[in-house]
Amino acid sequence: MKDLFVVAIVVMFFLVVFQIAKASEYVSILKGEEKTRKQNNKINGFLMLVFLVLGLIGAWWCNELYYGKTLFPQGSGSVEGEEIDTMLLVTIAICGVVFFITQILLFWFSYKYQESDKRKPYFFPHNNKLEVIWTTIPAITLTVLIVFGLKFWFKITGDPPKDALMVEITGHQFGWDIRYSGKDGIFGKKNYKLYNKPAGNSLGVDFNDPESHDDIRTTEMHLPVGRPVKLIIHSQDVIHDVGLPHFRMKMDAVPGIPTTLWFTPQYTTAQMKERTGNPNFVYEIACDQMCGKGHFSMRGVIVVETEEEYNAWMAKQKPEYYALFPDKDPSTATPPAADTTQTAIAQVVNP
Amino acid sequence: MSSVVSLHGTTTHHAHDDHHGHHHESFISKYVFSMDHKTISKQFLITGIFWAFVGGLFSVIFRLQLGYPDATFPFLEDLLGHWAKGGKLSPDFYYALVTMHGTILVFFVLTAGLSGTFSNFLIPLQVGARDMASPLLNMLSYWFFFIASIVLLSSLFVQTGPASGGWTVYPPLSALGDASDGSKIGMDLWLISMALFIVSQLLAGLNYITTILNMRTKGMSMTRLPLTIWALFFTAVLGVLSFPVLLSGAVLLLFDRNLGTSFFLSDIVVAGKVLPNEGGSAILFQHLFWFLGHPEVYIIILPAMGMASEIIAVNSRKPIFGYMAMVGSMFAITILAFLVWAHHMFVTGLNPFLGAIFVLLTLLIAVPSAIKVFNWITTIWRGNIRFTPAMICSIGFVSLFISGGLTGIFLGNAALDIHLHDTYFVIAHFHIVMGVSAFFGMFAGIYHWFPKMYGRYMNNTLAYIHIWATLIGAYLIFWPMHYTGFAGMPRRYFDYSGWESFKMFTGLNEFITIVAIIVFAVQMLFIFNFFYSIFKGRKVTDPNPWKATSLEWTTPINPGHGNWPGEIPEVHRWAYDYGKDGKDFIPQTTPVGADESKGH
Repeated sequence: MKDLFVVAIVVMFFLVVFQIAKASEYVSILKGEEKTRKQNNKINGFLMLVFLVLGLIGAWWCNELYYGKTLFPQGSGSVEGEEIDTMLLVTIAICGVVFFITQILLFWFSYKYQESDKRKPYFFPHNNKLEVIWTTIPAITLTVLIVFGLKFWFKITGDPPKDALMVEITGHQFGWDIRYSGKDGIFGKKNYKLYNKPAGNSLGVDFNDPESHDDIRTTEMHLPVGRPVKLIIHSQDVIHDVGLPHFRMKMDAVPGIPTTLWFTPQYTTAQMKERTGNPNFVYEIACDQMCGKGHFSMRGVIVVETEEEYNAWMAKQKPEYYALFPDKDPSTATPPAADTTQTAIAQVVNP
Repeated sequence: MSSVVSLHGTTTHHAHDDHHGHHHESFISKYVFSMDHKTISKQFLITGIFWAFVGGLFSVIFRLQLGYPDATFPFLEDLLGHWAKGGKLSPDFYYALVTMHGTILVFFVLTAGLSGTFSNFLIPLQVGARDMASPLLNMLSYWFFFIASIVLLSSLFVQTGPASGGWTVYPPLSALGDASDGSKIGMDLWLISMALFIVSQLLAGLNYITTILNMRTKGMSMTRLPLTIWALFFTAVLGVLSFPVLLSGAVLLLFDRNLGTSFFLSDIVVAGKVLPNEGGSAILFQHLFWFLGHPEVYIIILPAMGMASEIIAVNSRKPIFGYMAMVGSMFAITILAFLVWAHHMFVTGLNPFLGAIFVLLTLLIAVPSAIKVFNWITTIWRGNIRFTPAMICSIGFVSLFISGGLTGIFLGNAALDIHLHDTYFVIAHFHIVMGVSAFFGMFAGIYHWFPKMYGRYMNNTLAYIHIWATLIGAYLIFWPMHYTGFAGMPRRYFDYSGWESFKMFTGLNEFITIVAIIVFAVQMLFIFNFFYSIFKGRKVTDPNPWKATSLEWTTPINPGHGNWPGEIPEVHRWAYDYGKDGKDFIPQTTPVGADESKGH
């Protein structure tokens, strides 16, 4: 009944609009088409000005409403991201100037030069001087943007500092696995053919490689503040993307082709809670490449903490090797409870 | 060359006379399997309008989910059955809708519907030819498009659903049925449909190029062509050179899906199974895809640029400013269009040095784009503007092109793209610059040339309401998305409520959905106006209603097959003699007078 009512109102609305449109045609025939055309011209010329003014107010108002919700006010979570923020703001400023000048000219001219019997249009087919001016100015501006952009680009995509912490992150439908290299600082070898989820080896780690024995596997990424971190990114099935909006970083996870990115976290999660005034603040890993029906729930969490907190957390982690082969674990005699947390994220989305 | 052209003109002219004298066309040969470029153009247009309705409706349905993630809409279950159990879209079908929306709008509406319609309609009329170089290939191009449409439409009705990996269909997601239901039979249909579509585009493009180069009437040198023709020429060149690359990508993907090859697959474990594929590269597909995918956005926007240039000049009663600069900038855009594709791939692990080259080339495109904008604005300056519906659309086009073009400077700069890639900033950018603005070019073209197409006018009042509401609505929808993009909100999410970083935009998402529904409803005014006016519109009494100089207005109000009843007129000047020597306009067919100032 309610649906019918809505449909009836919509139909009525269209009928009214249509009748007005029809009527306007009859009126124009009565009044003379030329006169109606001129009247329409005046109305639309005025609307050009109205659109310009309301548009400028709207742009300002939108900024009032939403600037606070962007990531600018809270600052970049990473040192490198600050440069990206600066670069963004500079680009916004330059493009903003061009935007306002061109839009104002466009709609102002439209309003000002609307048809009038008094005006003769100015025959002005070309002017090479003007063309040269507005080829050169954009070219110079863009050169500046390119130079600074590439400077940051090469820095960000270049090698991380030598002391960078290495963390491996692997995407799969639909979740993230995190691996640390343990005390030896070297990741044990992996081979996707060794994948055996029922046996607990969902990453395909080669446990015959002794370097894998101290590797630690977690679902949450913990990072010490102030220390550069390099992520080594894998995917097991389709293309995913490690999106880190707070750190201004992003890199695809491609099956068969490992990728990397690095950054230096500069605020702990606790500090960010204060900066944002949001007690629930958390650094999130968002999958930014369409990866299937659970794409929107492919969420990971990064906890940035002080060096001491990080070390304490790390000390509590048990190497995956010992979890899977408890008999090899020198520290315990009794096998621990089965650790199934790794798959918890995957179960978030279940058809 | 000119003698060849006039020879051709004369011979067809005789054929045309015979045609009228002895033969009545049947309904089928006149309206269905027609070889008249004007009829084929209308076929493209009406099919395009159908697809635009479908594609737009899909966006409204998935916007409902984004705007009201917790609500249920029982009518959706009536409409979509098990795709929306209990009135709530399933994520699978949400992604299928998103994918279909993109595919339909980019290829079926803004490529076939836009350049298909206006290349067919305007090229012979504005260069002064009786028809296309090959009317038969022209007809085939429409029917290949038609079959492609049927195949794509049929994929909506298969049990596992249509393709759902995004319109860019990146493998491995699109290659593996185990990775997604949409990558089962629906994906094969998508690829087959696309292959047929590409055949259609190639047939059409070769025809357009040949016609423009070889069939111009006497006196119509290349530099006397209206800018529409230049734009459609470059569009066709882009299509012919880049679509085959997508075809190869589509064929290889079909092989990977069905024949066990490994072009794009390597090291994959999916649904608990280790796949035997080794040695392929998922990134290779992206290169093949974007080698077409980027020129594709110019294939979409160039016809809109050309038509807007023409319409702005006609209605400002002034010559287009900087004709040669306009042609030159379109030429530059065409060349650069082939050299920027990898800017879609800055975060795929691309070699940073290669990335830097693509930054340079991408931002270079902003220069010719800027030239065009300044030239349009200068054309309006000191004009005597008539706000026909087409003119308002063209001004809207320029405004949208500025807004969307400037955000391209952000995304083309790799360092910024790292942050903005695949966020709503991208959605805002390309919807404004190649979605809505190309639509405004298309609307402008329809409003402007409707009298030539059907011998009737569209209703002005409905047109004004439609245009202003669409322009305002488009900005209301897409402007705030720049802010969600700055907040890092990823695109293609079914639901944001589980995310601490993005859930504060719930209210905004609802607002955008409401505006999107209104804007979609307003398009019904256009569709109604279009079809109503074909049959009941006010009749055109003046063969040149807009007082334009170009050749199409020298034909009779309802031109028959062959366009001009007598000789094809000879051209003596360029197409932009508006306001010269105090005259309102001088048609291209008027010989240059002895006392005329040099002007152009």
